[in-house]
Amino acid sequence: MGTGDGGRETGVALRAVGVSKRFGVVRANLGASLEVRRGEIHAVVGENGAGKSTLMRMLAGMYAPDAGLIEVEGRDVTGWSTREAIAAGVGMVHQHFMLVPTLTVAENLVLGQELTKGVQLDRAGAEAAVRSLCERTGLTVDPRRLVSDLTVGEAQRVEILKVLYRGAKILILDEPTAVLSPPEVVELWRVLRRLSSEGGTVVLITHKLDEVIEISSTITVMRAGETVGQVRTDETTPAGIARMMVGRDVRLAAEMEMDGGRGTGDGRAALRVAGLTVPSSRRPNEVDNLSFTVRAGEIFGIAGVEGNGQTELIEAIAGLRAASAGSISLGEADLAKMSVRERSAAGLSHIPEDRHRRGLVLEYSVGDNLILGLQRRFSVNGALQRERVQANATRRIREFDIRPPTPALPARALSGGNQQKVVVAREMRGREYSVLLASQPTRGVDVGAIEFIHAQLRSARDAGKAVLLVSADLVEVLALSDRVAVMYEGRFVAVLDRGEATRERVGPLMVGVETGDGGRGTGGSAEPGGEV
Amino acid sequence: MRKLYLVLAALLAAHVALLFVHPSGAQQLDTGAGLDVGIVFDLGGRGDKSFNDGAYLGAERARRELGARVRFIEPGEGSDREAGLRLLAAEGMELVVGVGFIFSDDLTQLAREYPNVRFAGVDYAVALDSIGNAIQPPANLAALKFREEEGSFLVGALAALVGDSKKVGFVGGMDFPLIHKFEVGYRAGVKAVCPDCEVVAQYAGVTPEAFRNPGRGQELALSQYQSGVNVIFHASGSTGLGVFEAARRRGKLAIGVDADQYAEAPGYILTSMVKGVDEAVFDAIKQVADGSFRGGIFQLGLKERGVNYVYDANNRALIPDAVHARVELLRREIIDGKIDVPSVK
Amino acid sequence: MSLINEAIPDPAVAPLSRLSSRVGRATAALLPPLTALLIAAVVGDLLILSFGQSPAAVFKLLLEGTWGNAYGFGQVIYKATTLTFTGLAVAIGIRAGLFNIGAEGQLAMGGFCAALVGLLLPVGTPAVVAIPLCLAGAALGGASVASVPGVLKARFGASEVIVTIMLNFITLAFLNWLIATKLNVAESLHTPEINAGAVARLSSVIDAFRGSAANFVLLVALAAAGYVGWYLFRTRAGYDLRAVGLQPEAAEYGGVKVGSVWLRAMLMSGALAGLGGTNYVLGYKQYYEEGFAAGAGFLGIAVALVGRNHPAGVVVAALLFATLSQGGLAVNAVVPKQMVDVLTAVVIIAVATSVPEVQRLLRSTVRGGAK
Repeated sequence: MGTGDGGRETGVALRAVGVSKRFGVVRANLGASLEVRRGEIHAVVGENGAGKSTLMRMLAGMYAPDAGLIEVEGRDVTGWSTREAIAAGVGMVHQHFMLVPTLTVAENLVLGQELTKGVQLDRAGAEAAVRSLCERTGLTVDPRRLVSDLTVGEAQRVEILKVLYRGAKILILDEPTAVLSPPEVVELWRVLRRLSSEGGTVVLITHKLDEVIEISSTITVMRAGETVGQVRTDETTPAGIARMMVGRDVRLAAEMEMDGGRGTGDGRAALRVAGLTVPSSRRPNEVDNLSFTVRAGEIFGIAGVEGNGQTELIEAIAGLRAASAGSISLGEADLAKMSVRERSAAGLSHIPEDRHRRGLVLEYSVGDNLILGLQRRFSVNGALQRERVQANATRRIREFDIRPPTPALPARALSGGNQQKVVVAREMRGREYSVLLASQPTRGVDVGAIEFIHAQLRSARDAGKAVLLVSADLVEVLALSDRVAVMYEGRFVAVLDRGEATRERVGPLMVGVETGDGGRGTGGSAEPGGEV
Repeated sequence: MRKLYLVLAALLAAHVALLFVHPSGAQQLDTGAGLDVGIVFDLGGRGDKSFNDGAYLGAERARRELGARVRFIEPGEGSDREAGLRLLAAEGMELVVGVGFIFSDDLTQLAREYPNVRFAGVDYAVALDSIGNAIQPPANLAALKFREEEGSFLVGALAALVGDSKKVGFVGGMDFPLIHKFEVGYRAGVKAVCPDCEVVAQYAGVTPEAFRNPGRGQELALSQYQSGVNVIFHASGSTGLGVFEAARRRGKLAIGVDADQYAEAPGYILTSMVKGVDEAVFDAIKQVADGSFRGGIFQLGLKERGVNYVYDANNRALIPDAVHARVELLRREIIDGKIDVPSVK
Repeated sequence: MSLINEAIPDPAVAPLSRLSSRVGRATAALLPPLTALLIAAVVGDLLILSFGQSPAAVFKLLLEGTWGNAYGFGQVIYKATTLTFTGLAVAIGIRAGLFNIGAEGQLAMGGFCAALVGLLLPVGTPAVVAIPLCLAGAALGGASVASVPGVLKARFGASEVIVTIMLNFITLAFLNWLIATKLNVAESLHTPEINAGAVARLSSVIDAFRGSAANFVLLVALAAAGYVGWYLFRTRAGYDLRAVGLQPEAAEYGGVKVGSVWLRAMLMSGALAGLGGTNYVLGYKQYYEEGFAAGAGFLGIAVALVGRNHPAGVVVAALLFATLSQGGLAVNAVVPKQMVDVLTAVVIIAVATSVPEVQRLLRSTVRGGAK
């Protein structure tokens, strides 16, 4: 590896200068620059579509830039291949895992460079190698477990191990915390700090500003394919970063934690769930005998690590998944026997957790997506009324500032934030409703849109709607909710009033650890099955 | 996008360039003086080793011996039969031949539409009127029918005489009247030389698929051989290939059909009941050439050499001279009308 | 937990400006199939040369025999009529996310039922009564065959591909048996002529078409194409159907009962394929014949793919394949039929691989295979 001396002396591990990349007519990067010093943890932040991922992929050799220069340790490596990048010690951990679920951890790690005994895979050798790597890095995973049995956090560890196994000195992580619980995030920070203290370099993409502040030493902000600037973390604030990202002032959820407590929660019971048990393919009680009430005029937030039954709970209420026991009522109406459409007609609105799978038909136009679930309202005698669909689209696009403002554009072509705005516009403005299920309403959405969506949720609450909010983002739950339930293994381990719900209190509960004070929320009993 | 335009332009250039390539051997579609004949094959097309190939051979012979120009058409689906015949008739062919009973309706219709063109139908099915009388085809259409029962009679006799068993076998393709003719004639032939012999007759199915099911053919043949049959006559298209395979495996004998099928299983084919499609097509062309062509129904039997059985260097060893003499005697008697071979069950 | 998530498109890569231009979009949609057709043409040139013939002469002959004279054009129309029906049948299935490979059997059953109705009606039944009854019989016949995979898919999630393939065998064998043993005219494999329900040939109005099989079932096919277009893009049921085909889970979220949409789509698909049988049975021969349109059901798959599952595209693709089929007869004298068969296959492969859905499928298969 002929690393130039220039890089060594200046301590610059990675440098990109004036890098541009086009896809068709779309400019992903335009003269983007980046300078990462050896041994630092460097955060790259920016809104969705700012060109962060593209730049990182060019660094990792997945794309070749159209123009510009990329240097690693002072060596010009512009346009190299992933193979060359790996050989030079640059490895990337992707947002979407690229593991083979049917293989074990060890097998996944050695995939492509298998240790062999004759023609057979040297299983024991591979496992030993993995174990020693685990010890060295502090990332612990049982090498013999099947990847399909791992939690998301564990799978991510395997991804990182895989890159380290191949000898990476420069680790690039794309949105690593999107799928992690708070304790898992803490664990990840520990590992990254250890790597950096041992001379490794970490570049990490994120748009969660609290994380940036917590973990990084240097921040590069990108906007619209360009590099806006580089700042030292200890010289800036979240608001400052947000301003650089968006180009204007933004209100951040974290800052709002203490304000908006206008939810009264003393309205009538709008959504009542009693004794609800929902099976999944994995177990018979993914949601386990759960009871609670959401009142008109409150936001009832459910915090919890993903995979503890939140998805199943929301889908059961929406009618997308069968419950094995329990009742669900909306006002006076018994929802349990109703179809999805009937529930919706009864006043249930639903922002689903996965807009790519459920919330949008990606190939449909924005206009058509704005009537998904409302088809009947836009048709007479079975024929769709195109003019009304069009008028509706124009109106919602204007109200919600959906960009680009083209009703005929397929939803697939929109950025994540704008896609989510389509869903929110439809579910919150496009129709009458009394209860809103808002599941991960700001996942994968940029800062500007998050602010907007949060404001929408608050104003719905203020207008007397009952909002059931599920989010893996604890900051979001705490910032918006009037009451917070913590869900763990299908049950509520605590229901807390706004005042009692703090990060310190809720965080441990999310992983099933009771806090010492034993305080259960005054918002209601938390016994499973008990009425909340 | 720009790349695609380039590809497009390159392809267009290549196509245009190739259009102007003119190989020296390119065929000219001239229809000058001489005899023009068109043949439309059955869906099976050329290479079926049966009547399509037979028609082709007859036409080839006419090309060689009579200098006829022959055009062939292989239809793809139902309406192509009529379209093919029409195409040829409209182009001024003097004789248009449809190969297979399935052409019967189309030939009748076109013969009426084109009274100046001569038509011939191999295996033409004669329609019956409401009281069961045959409707005569138009005067410019020759219906070439074969007395398969007569040929089947002779191979039946052969099977019984050579078989050295009181049981002989028959495997039919589709269970329907056209194939019943084979079975009935075969049975009569067996009984003529061995009154107490039993004929085991089975069919591969009731749909046209039964003509394309060698697996079923082998199954039926194996069980017949198992029950003591030594010779099996098949009239079952490619299903018969399974019969031959069974004969090979059991070391027994089988009798081919339509064409000489000796090559399918040398040493195990006693003989084949051949239909003289080539002769019939050649004769029709010849008649047009010498002006003796006339329409009507032609029943081609042993007398007309429309059907026959194979007796040549390949299988002479399998057929004792006495047996051959006996079968030839039967042929004489049929031709002379002394034996009346039945054709319906 | 799904570790290998479906790739979420990078919004930065979405070609916004290109899509926003209507002209650009039309060009973008037309260029790939055009390229594919040219590829087929070049392959055709080479094939013709390999038979020692001149491409220009053969293509000229092919065009003259099809679009070059009224009779040939009539034959193209006739063949395109059946293909339009089967193409629409397959297309509406694909739009709902179903791959109906059973059009072949549904087509045969439709033709048979049309003939059956025509045979059962008394002689002299007025055409205005008889023809709609025969058409209804055909649609019902096709739909009844398709109802089996439809119900099995809707109720039990059974793969419609496997069920429709198996039903092809069963349906065709059943009909062949019926024709061979019960209903045929002696020494043939067709039923007697129907008593009523015959549809007039085009030549009864336009004399130039004389001799060609083209008939007024053509109008039914065009009406069907128009109806399918209206249904898919202008009705709520069509909105639901396409949503189910694109993203069943999003459709379910939108209050659509996915199972009943599948059943409805399958029934419509079967009815359309069944109507295809009337082109031969009512419009051409006035009887049902064993194997009367063999292959038209399967070719419908190619028609749908090449027509991008859009009714207008289906009509155009049906004309294309009909032209190749009739053209194959016209050039049969100089090049073997297999040449045109190969050319048809090249068109199918080239055009189909230019369809985004197929490309996506291929890409995922290749990627899956590479693992």
